[in-house]
Amino acid sequence: MAVATQNKALLIGYRAYVVAFFIFLAAPLVAAAAFAFNDSLFPALPWQGFTLDWFFNDTEPKLGMFHDRRLLRGLYYSAIIGAIVSALSVFVGTTNAFLFVRGTFPGKNFFYILMILPLVIPGVILGISILVMASNIANGLEDNYNMELDFLRPGILLVVFGQFSFITTITSLVITARLKKFDYTMEEAALNLGASRVQVLRTVTLPFLRPAMIAAGIVAFLVSFENFNTTLFLVGSESPLTITMYDRMAKVGSTPVLNAVSFVLIVGSGLLALISVVVQRDKSGG
Amino acid sequence: MQSDIKRLSLILLFAPFALWLLLLIILPHIGIVALSLREKIAPRVYEFGFGNYIDFIQEPIYWNTLLRTGSMSILVTFLALLIGFPIAYYIAKIAGRRSRGALFLLCLIPLWVSDLIRAFGWILLLRETGVVSNFLQYTGLISQPIEFLYNDITVIIGLVYTVILFMIVPLVSTLDGMGDDMIEAGYNLGGSGFTVLRKIIVPYAMPGIVSGCIVVFMLTAGSYLTPILLGGKNSSWFTEQIYNQFIMRFNWESGATFGFLLLTFTSLVVWLGLKLTGQTLANTVAKS
Repeated sequence: MAVATQNKALLIGYRAYVVAFFIFLAAPLVAAAAFAFNDSLFPALPWQGFTLDWFFNDTEPKLGMFHDRRLLRGLYYSAIIGAIVSALSVFVGTTNAFLFVRGTFPGKNFFYILMILPLVIPGVILGISILVMASNIANGLEDNYNMELDFLRPGILLVVFGQFSFITTITSLVITARLKKFDYTMEEAALNLGASRVQVLRTVTLPFLRPAMIAAGIVAFLVSFENFNTTLFLVGSESPLTITMYDRMAKVGSTPVLNAVSFVLIVGSGLLALISVVVQRDKSGG
Repeated sequence: MQSDIKRLSLILLFAPFALWLLLLIILPHIGIVALSLREKIAPRVYEFGFGNYIDFIQEPIYWNTLLRTGSMSILVTFLALLIGFPIAYYIAKIAGRRSRGALFLLCLIPLWVSDLIRAFGWILLLRETGVVSNFLQYTGLISQPIEFLYNDITVIIGLVYTVILFMIVPLVSTLDGMGDDMIEAGYNLGGSGFTVLRKIIVPYAMPGIVSGCIVVFMLTAGSYLTPILLGGKNSSWFTEQIYNQFIMRFNWESGATFGFLLLTFTSLVVWLGLKLTGQTLANTVAKS
């Protein structure tokens, strides 16, 4: 409350600015979500009455999102990719956390910087570099050994690799921050009571890390789900949802079914983000 | 025995780290550098050389687009800091205990909404038949529908919007750790509001500021959807050139060159920013 001594008019102006900012923050999201409920063929004013057709109707021209095969397939692929990326990146994030908090080895600082780097590489470049490498390997094997390796061609596996490559940095940082707060005496106590190293890890250390691992997993899933730039270059025939939506916007133009998808994604990702915050806060102990 | 176990566990922990960085970051980047140094002289015949880079320099459209992307990204970063800092300061230092948590949540929840949905929302608001144009006609301020899309100002607003939360969230975390007593001491010693801001608050928040700026700059320079969707055909964003070379023209050599140039350019800006502010990557980005 350091500014409480300053004059009131200034504070009111400041408050108005903050309110204006949050309106700015909400406006496009509200617009994207609200038109899902407008009973019209176009996501535009005038308001023609409330409808849930863009979610549940099963006939053209108002095909609802839950009957739109391609959107549902996109949602399905996004969920699969997100789950795999999330699991992989939490695993490597956890081993990275132990490596950098507990390990002592030459060049540790250098490797730590290397670990952060993927976060400051533009996503487009991660996409093309992994595409180029996978294609090089695939072409080399095909030319020299006559082997056809389809999984090295654009598709789900490459999308997973592309997203995993930078999301791991995020999960590593989240889990490292938590492991740094760990009180070593808890492990020592367990060891003194006769527990083996594996038992200590399983019953003391990992439970301590669990909130951070869950939060990191959720964030990884969300980042994977909304990723576009890296995915764009690596996608095969199994398009995740953001790519499907983009194609729809570019080819068909915007229809309210995209608003319905937006509504579901905004609410879904908001809830997941909320869970990740709550999980971390509840058990962090301050 | 004990030290053997230690060494073994160190190797086991190092293995996933090394595999991840080597296979997905280091080798692929060496790959695009190698590809960018390959000139096509006939179908399936290649030669080592700097031809792709020379093409880039000789074609003003290419390097103008890179400079335009870079300068607009710096502008967006600056605007995000200018608009975001007061918000972060309000959340961390002025809001009451209750509303602080609520406001911070309001920032965290939309953080991971896709760029696509954000841009889509702006399109619905700003296009000729959009909400803003309709509203202005309704109030009688304008008589004809106005197209607000497809110009640089809209692109900049859209980009600032897309990235600003990545500025605010690290700033709130940093400012949260600053004691109110530091600010009060500044006032008690006779500093004006501006002096306190410049001499106490900003230096304290510097790691958060630099961290926010780096992330925001990288996200902006590497963004694709927002400039394309809000800027339309003449958005001239560099990532679009990379996409065109790779996907439209199948000219991977030139695409790899552009990619490497973008990476070099953004790394240079980030490095300069770190040097000028005396920060390091480890105490900024890693902390947020």
